[in-house]
Amino acid sequence: MKRRIYGLETEFGIIWTPDVPRRKTLTVQNVVMYLFREIVAGRMYPDVFLENGARFYQDIGCHPEYATPECDDVAELVAHDKAGERIITRLASTAERRMRNDGFYGKISIFKNNLDTPGNTYGCHENYLMERHVDFRQLAGQLIPFFVTRQVFAGAGKIKPSHRGYYAISQRAEHIREEISIGTTTARGIINTRDEPHADREKYRRLHVIVGDSNMSEFSTFLKVGTTGIILRMIEDNFIQQRFALRDPVKAIQAISDDTTCTHQIELQSGRRLSAVELQWQYLECAKRYLEQAESDSTTNQVMARWEYVLTCLESDPMQLDRELDWVIKWKWLQTYLTKRGLEWDAPQVKHLDLKYHNVRQEESLYYTLESRAEIERIVRDEQIRHAEQFPPERTRAKFRGKFIKKVNEGKVLCGVNWSYIQLYEPYQILYLSTDPFKPEFDEASRTIYSI
Amino acid sequence: MSTEKRQEHIKRDVEETEEIQPNVEPGEMDEEFVEDLDSLLDEIDEILEEDSQEFVENYIQRGGQ
Repeated sequence: MKRRIYGLETEFGIIWTPDVPRRKTLTVQNVVMYLFREIVAGRMYPDVFLENGARFYQDIGCHPEYATPECDDVAELVAHDKAGERIITRLASTAERRMRNDGFYGKISIFKNNLDTPGNTYGCHENYLMERHVDFRQLAGQLIPFFVTRQVFAGAGKIKPSHRGYYAISQRAEHIREEISIGTTTARGIINTRDEPHADREKYRRLHVIVGDSNMSEFSTFLKVGTTGIILRMIEDNFIQQRFALRDPVKAIQAISDDTTCTHQIELQSGRRLSAVELQWQYLECAKRYLEQAESDSTTNQVMARWEYVLTCLESDPMQLDRELDWVIKWKWLQTYLTKRGLEWDAPQVKHLDLKYHNVRQEESLYYTLESRAEIERIVRDEQIRHAEQFPPERTRAKFRGKFIKKVNEGKVLCGVNWSYIQLYEPYQILYLSTDPFKPEFDEASRTIYSI
Repeated sequence: MSTEKRQEHIKRDVEETEEIQPNVEPGEMDEEFVEDLDSLLDEIDEILEEDSQEFVENYIQRGGQ
């Protein structure tokens, strides 16, 4: 398939717990300041690009956020997403040491999830660079049924009140209130209309997807982004002929999330009723037909095989995916734990364990405890993640950015950096621009050399 | 993944048991499984060592995007 630029942004939840309860406390704002101190020395606002081309900054609501560099391969994106977890984990250890020096003894917990206890939400945003020529209404129409139903493999799972059935598939579903919207903090839509391509606007748009959950499982991330990429390619090539328009997409996304058997049927505008899995089969069959006549590649083939495998399992018994999908892995282990320890679903220990699944600090994490015992299917190797912590992707413009950041960090140059430009200030002024993120170089746009 | 591979994958548990220790008695396997599970649950107890009630109540963020 044709190359595409992918990126993931993750807002992390963060809290500090003192060693001695109710001793001294630190606000979330203070904790985030400690977290950033090591990498933002001398800056007014915590917002930096890293040597691997990624951006790390403080976002709305005081969340530390990691945005991966531009990747053109989904497996590479998974490695860069995981690299973000490792980087923030290291910063947390350094921050704790600084805190102790200042008399604050305690522990930082960092969660890659989308909900706090009262139900405030924070997001994981997917970004796909798309061809500009696609009609947006048509794009939205074809994507909405896909986004409503893909949670059956992309959901991160959550405990819900017992009168509503204990457990749901998606963390974000109940915070989605509109079909199409520009809002990201209120009235969130299945389709978000933010369009900052950070590239040639004539050629590209950016699809900014806010409807999905943050994933711990590499398999879930791989499948979520990989299948979406294939669907977008079919839309760009005007290949999807069927209409799956739903009667009430906002109601459907909630109803699907509430049904862990994955059999709930939603109504199409045509009056036809299908389950989420059946609707996903339709998209998969369409993609198979598309790839019979379009050029594929090894990552696309892996996405297709896993997509089919997952739908096959979901159809007979979702529990078969207790090594692959976040919502199933977590469900299985919460259930096992509470049964063995004689607890109820609403026990604080079970809610605590739900949070712990998403803790990115490995020694504190249910997910990583399971991974270390080989209970989880992987997509990338640890060496790939370690590599992604230091080095940018080779084939996109992140490579050029990463090289510059390295020079800045070595004290060799001084410059301002953003996704699509680099302004060099010292030793002399050069402005580099990029309108083509597929090219691993920026273009020199202007140069001023001062002579005294 | 080929179709055969997927089928294999689906029946993973059964086949792994057969592949790794084909001569073992079912009872012995169960014992080993129970031991593994117990030690994993103990490990989970350890990551839950702090006061769950207090931790969960305190976990409040401002809404993000």
